[in-house]
This record gives sequence, structure tokens and C-alpha cells, in this order.
Amino acid sequence: MASRPPPADRWSSWQALDSGRLLLMSTAAMLVVAAFATSTIEASKINMGVALAFGGFIALGELLRLALPGGREAAPIAMIGGMAYALLPQMSGHARSSIPQLLVVAVAAVGMLVGALPHIAAGREAGLTGMCTRLVAIACVAFVFHPAGADLIVHQGWPVRLLVMTPIIGVGWLVETIISALIRADDVGAKFSVAIADEIRVQWPLGAAIGASVVIIVFGYDVMGLSELGVFLGPLLVTQVAFRRYAGIRATYLQTVRSLARVTEVAGYVEAGHSRRVSRLAVAVGRELGLAEPDLLRVEYAALMHDIGQLSLRDPIPGGATVQVSAADQDRIAELGADVIREAGVLDDVAELVRCQSWPAGGRDQAPPLGSMIIRAANAFDDMVGVSTDRERSATALDRLRVDETEFDRRVVAALAEVAGRRPAWRL
Amino acid sequence: MVSRAAWLYIGLVVLVTAALVDSTSFTPSAIRHFWLYLVILQLLFLVCDSTPAPLVSRQTKWSPSSSATLAAVVLLGPVAAALVGAVSLLSIKRQLKVPERVFNGAMTALSGLLAGKTYLALHGHVGLPGRADFPEIILPFAAAAAAHVIANQGLIWGVYRLNRGPGMLRREGLESSLPLLLVSDLGYAALGLIIASLWSVMYGFAAALVLVPLFVARWAMGQFAEQQRAYSATMKALCQAVETKDYYTRGHGDRVSLGSVMIARQIGMGADRTDAIEFAGMLHDVGKLGVPTTVLQKTGPLTEDEYAAIQLHPMRGLEIVREIGFLNEALAGIMHHHERIDGRGYPMGFAGHEIPEFARIIAVADAFDSMTSTRSYREAKTIPEAVSELKKGADTQFDPLIVEAFIAALDRYGWRLPEPATEPADLATITVQDHDDPTAPLRVIEVS
Repeated sequence: MASRPPPADRWSSWQALDSGRLLLMSTAAMLVVAAFATSTIEASKINMGVALAFGGFIALGELLRLALPGGREAAPIAMIGGMAYALLPQMSGHARSSIPQLLVVAVAAVGMLVGALPHIAAGREAGLTGMCTRLVAIACVAFVFHPAGADLIVHQGWPVRLLVMTPIIGVGWLVETIISALIRADDVGAKFSVAIADEIRVQWPLGAAIGASVVIIVFGYDVMGLSELGVFLGPLLVTQVAFRRYAGIRATYLQTVRSLARVTEVAGYVEAGHSRRVSRLAVAVGRELGLAEPDLLRVEYAALMHDIGQLSLRDPIPGGATVQVSAADQDRIAELGADVIREAGVLDDVAELVRCQSWPAGGRDQAPPLGSMIIRAANAFDDMVGVSTDRERSATALDRLRVDETEFDRRVVAALAEVAGRRPAWRL
Repeated sequence: MVSRAAWLYIGLVVLVTAALVDSTSFTPSAIRHFWLYLVILQLLFLVCDSTPAPLVSRQTKWSPSSSATLAAVVLLGPVAAALVGAVSLLSIKRQLKVPERVFNGAMTALSGLLAGKTYLALHGHVGLPGRADFPEIILPFAAAAAAHVIANQGLIWGVYRLNRGPGMLRREGLESSLPLLLVSDLGYAALGLIIASLWSVMYGFAAALVLVPLFVARWAMGQFAEQQRAYSATMKALCQAVETKDYYTRGHGDRVSLGSVMIARQIGMGADRTDAIEFAGMLHDVGKLGVPTTVLQKTGPLTEDEYAAIQLHPMRGLEIVREIGFLNEALAGIMHHHERIDGRGYPMGFAGHEIPEFARIIAVADAFDSMTSTRSYREAKTIPEAVSELKKGADTQFDPLIVEAFIAALDRYGWRLPEPATEPADLATITVQDHDDPTAPLRVIEVS
């Protein structure tokens, strides 16, 4: 159910093709057109065997896409293949020469499309945005490499070549990361500065592996020739499996917390859908306030489990509306909930957010953490508004949250108003 | 403690290694910079070996050190490969004891030696590989890699078996991680050939370059293990939260989970399914939260409606866990764990093999734990008493094959009884009738 797009997004799929995506796709398309128009002229410079081998490598990489934390998708093997091909000292006879930039673009484009076909046939997403991003990044590597005097460099010794190649690979990786961050910032409504930091945090381990692999392929090619691609697939595939398992367990983890947080609903302690609505609202507010991804994840977990302390109460509070309960009881529920979560031993910072959710924004001895203030406001808002889409009701609720600044933090309420006014997408 | 047999085994490995080292193939003077290259490869081995990543569980650590050994096979020959492997004697893993170090050193040395001999036997060329060696070199190298993996895992298996008795792979759930371990080993063994080839271009710097992807892979594996630990810890904590409502059933989910896993291993269930039943067992009663406390704590006979509320709990449980990315079998196990073989169970009244296997397993573990736990209306039964109750219920309530498997598993693994429960001060948290207890069925008011 979680994967189903909300109805509001379904009819507006063309609107999802925002200007950023459109620009990216047209850039990629122009590159491809230019590549095919030119490559036919330079046919004599094409080593078909090498082109086919790298094209196949890229296609395989595109076939074996990798899910990364946070719903991201990468195709590291395709990136490795593309960048290595761009930097390869091709052997023509006994002389080394670099590969024409536009040939790189053409081979990468064809490889990616071939690799995407099985995804389309299986009814999965084609992943056009990702492919265009990778294609532009690979093209950047190819075009930067050439002005750097590619034909001169391929004749140098390994230290010089390494010194030139490393920053160029860095550029390719940076281009991919920046484009991904731009698109993501637009998709989820995050600030670009936050999105780029998130992107770098998630991508750098993989980026380092990709960079080193490109260097290995380019130098190894001198000795091993094309058989290197086959040999190197072994370690690459095993590494990819490791990443896949990591992303998989992370997703299951979140899914499990989401599901188990609903025990309070099934037990009749809170209204159906309450925890999930509060968590979506809290994450949207946190994003509006510029929280980074790890903090958002913490807020999401804490919001999902914010009522778990009620399980320790003998009988459900009527309606489950915790705002209408005495402050002492709210504190107790928050403490009990934090105890439950602390029991896990791995979510202590989440437990802390849950513990402080009942504190007024004015603070007790110390101010509550921002995450707790967000959950407190989101919870109160949902208690008053619930599933209703009535704008007046939402406005009245916001007015009530604004009454006392010592109760609800002003910045948080302002962000909440922004999120609530923008669109009802955070609803179930 | 290391047994005498294990010592003998370690001695044997050392002896075989020593006997197989023949001086004819050891020609350090024929290869330039032999000793320098050897030391670099030994360092690479040591760095890899000292930072293993947990694979699947905490017992199975894995390190890509074989790539250093196999690079030595190509660059320097079999004896050098043995010398690289022998370095694991010096591993900086602190918790290792002397016999373990000796065994590790001898084992990796022997594996390297065998790999080197395989490589030579298939006419692999020792020395810096050149363009002319490809692609012919791949076959002897692949054979060497396979020999290395087989020797390595075989020798480890031998020492485990000596220390912990037969059947240990299955018992400790290591069997499930074996394919992954073998494939990872083979995959990274291929890196040995890459290192050797890069050596012709950039000498020992190749080793440093290769370390980058190795460490990233290790990082991802470590992250996986960490997430998995966090996952099961969180799951346990949430289950405990569910159980706080009822004093007597604390730890019930955990024990049913354990019992179900014991049965699953006994009947030779695969790794994925065993993982799934572990969680299904833990969560099987989560739907009890949907049953009003007043019903759970009622002393007298239940009304029809109240009984219906109890019968609904497997469905409520399913409702909660449905969206978790489990195998469907786990969901079926939760939903049907109160069905009976004779068709008189709930919620669907399935009979015989209509009942999913997971449900038949959980039913046995569930009833057994209920009987061996203290209840407010009776003392805990002893294990033999509970076993004979299970036997009595075979063919009516339980699947006789599962009961048989459980009894065999009990003999093999034992059973840890819950702490004897003392009467809690707060009487509000006691279940007076246990719906899981086959010896004391719920009393329902007959409506004429």
C-alpha cells in the first residue's frame, strides 16, 4: 500500500516532469543525437570489439540496478563501465589512442537502453531520470578528459595518468551527485543545500568504490585486455550483493516499525491511521525546517512510535487524543514509550525524542529537541484535524497551536502551516 | 577449550603443509624483487585479515584476504602463496588465542599452497602477467581460486566439526550462510588476478588501489550486519511492549520463536524460511492487543461474543504485520496458528494439510510454551508432562510429524524454561484463562 502513488499524483504525472527533469532529459537526448550523427563519420576510429564489450558491461550494470537507502536508485556497474570506457587507452594496432567522446556517449546510451529493456518488459519503472543523469555524468568525464590532452596522457606513465584521471572521475561523480540532489530536492520538497549534503553522505562509499574500480579497469586493460571485464565482474557483483542486502534490510526495518507502530491503533488506543499521519506530517515539517536525512529518519521512527507508551496503560484513553489528557499523564505515556524503545538498545536517540514529546516548547529545565517539538505539534494538529481535508478546520487547528508560543514552537508551527497549506499529500 | 582431537587436527594441517612445500618450485632468485613483493602482499593480507566483516551472523566473519594469497600464486608461486597465508598467524585480531592463530596460519598457508600447485599443474605461468598471457591464464587461475576456496572452507569445517560435534552447521544456522560465503570468496578471489595484472603496470601500488573497493564492500557488509542487529532488537522490544499488557505471557513470543526455529532446523527448512518463521513465531500473538483487556482477564466462562473476540486475534495480528516484507508463509503462520489438524480450530476451521506448514509448527511451539509456563490457575507443567500432552494431541490438535520433530529437537537442543513467575503485586495484569493452553480449553457459556 505504501508504494501506491497518491491519487493526486496520478493524473499529474506530466506535472512531475518539472523543468529540471525536462532540461536533464533534453540534454541527454541532444548528446545522443549528436553522438550518432558524428560517430558515423568517425567509423574508422571505432574498435567494435571494445565498444561491444563495454556496451554489454554497461547494459548489465543497468540491468542490475541497486536500491540505496532513502528510495534512491543507482547503477554502479553501469557508471564504472561508462567512465572506464571514456578514460580507456584504446589499442589500435600497437599505438594507444583515446576514444572519441561522442562514441563514448553513443555506446553508453545504447548500453543503458538495452539494459533498461528487461526492466520495462517486467513492468518496472524504466528509470529514465537515472539513466539520463548517468549519461550526462559519463559524457562530462569524456569531454573533460579530452581537453586535458587525452591522446598525450594515454602515453604517459601510470603516476601521471593516475593524477589526471582521479580528478576527472571526481568530476563525473560530482555531476551525478549534484543532478540527483537537484531532482530529489524538487521531488520531496527539500532545500538544495540539505539535499546535496544528504546525497553526498549516502553516495560517497559507493562513489569511492566506483572511482577505484574505474582506475583499476583502465590500468588493468593494458595487461588483461577485454578479459579484464569478465574477471572484474566477480568482485563487483559480490560488492553489489553486499549493498543490496544492506538497502534491503534498511527498508524492511522501516516497514516493520511502520507496521508494528500500528499496534496502538489495533488495540484501540488511538484512531486508525494516526501514527502514520503524524509521522508523514512530522517528516514534511522536519524537511521544511531543513533537517538532514538521518535526523528525518529519527523523527519518522519517533513519530511512528510516539504513542507506544499507551500500551502500558491498562485501558485506552477515550478517542486516544493525547492532547486532552493531563500534562502528567502525557509525560507518563511519553516516558513509558521511551522506555519501550530504549529496550531495543539501538534507538536511544529515537527514545529521547519520544520522551520529550510532551514537553512544552518553552521547555522545562532544558528546551526539548527540535524533533520532539515537531512531533508534539504534528500530533496535536492530527488530533484536531484527523483525516479531514477541510481547510477551515486545518486553519482553526493552526490558530489554536499559535495561541501560546511557550506550548508550541513558533518556527515549527509556521513550517506546519506551510506544509498543511501546500497540498494534502502527506495524508494517507 | 581446544580438545585433544582438535590439537591433533591442527598438528596434521601443519605437517601436511610442511610436507607439501617442495623446494624445487621455490626459486626466489628467479623473480626480481621477490622478497619486496612478498612483504607487500603479506601486508595486504594482514590488513584484509585483521578487519573482517560480519557476514549474516556474528559467528561468520569474512575477509577478502584470499585475494592477496591468489595474487601471490600468480606473481610468486605456491610457496610464496603459503608464506602470504601463514601471516594470519600474526593477525591483529586481539581476541584470538594461540591454538586458533596456529590453526589459521597453517590453514591459509595450506590453502595457498594447494592453490599454487593447482595453478602450476594447469600450466599457469608464474611471474608478472603480460598481454600475451590473456585470456589463457584465466583457466588455471580460476582452478586455483576454486582450490583455495574449497581447501579453506573444508579445513574450517573440519575444525568446527571436531570442536562442536556433527550437525553443527545446521544447528548453528551456518548452513544458510554457506552459499553466500562461498560465492563471496570466489568473487573476491578473482581480485587476485587483477592485483597480479596491475602489478605489471604499477607494482605494489596495485595492492593499495584494490583496497578501496574492498573496504567499501566491507563497510556495506558491516552496515548490513548492524542494521540486522538493530532490526531484530527493535522487533524484540516492540514485542515486549505488546506483552507488557499481560504479566504471565512475558517472553512467550520469544520462546515460541525459538521453539519454531528449532523445529524448522530439525525438519531441514531453508535459510529464508527459517528467518521468516523466527519472526512469525515472535509476532504470532500480536493480535491479542485487539482483544479487550476485560475479556483476556475474565475469570468466569466467556460469552459467545467474548469467545469470538478471542478467536479473532490471529486475524488482528495479520492486519498489523501484513505490510512487513515477510514471506507470505509467515503471514499464513500467524493467521492460522490456532487451527487444529481435526478441523476444529479457528479462524478458518482448516484441517490436515490445508493448514500451512508454518502454522502447524507455531501451534506446537505455542502450546508447549504455554503448558510449561506458570498460569494463575495452575503451576507450570514439567517438560515430560508437556511432551506427553503434545503426544496426546497429535492427530487431533497437532500435526504428528511436527510433534515428533519438536520432541527430537528438544532432545538435541534442550529447552530453557521461563523464570518461575511469582504472583505480581498488580493483579490487573494477569491472564486468568490462557487461550493457548491445550489442557485447559476456554470455557464458553452454552446458549440454548
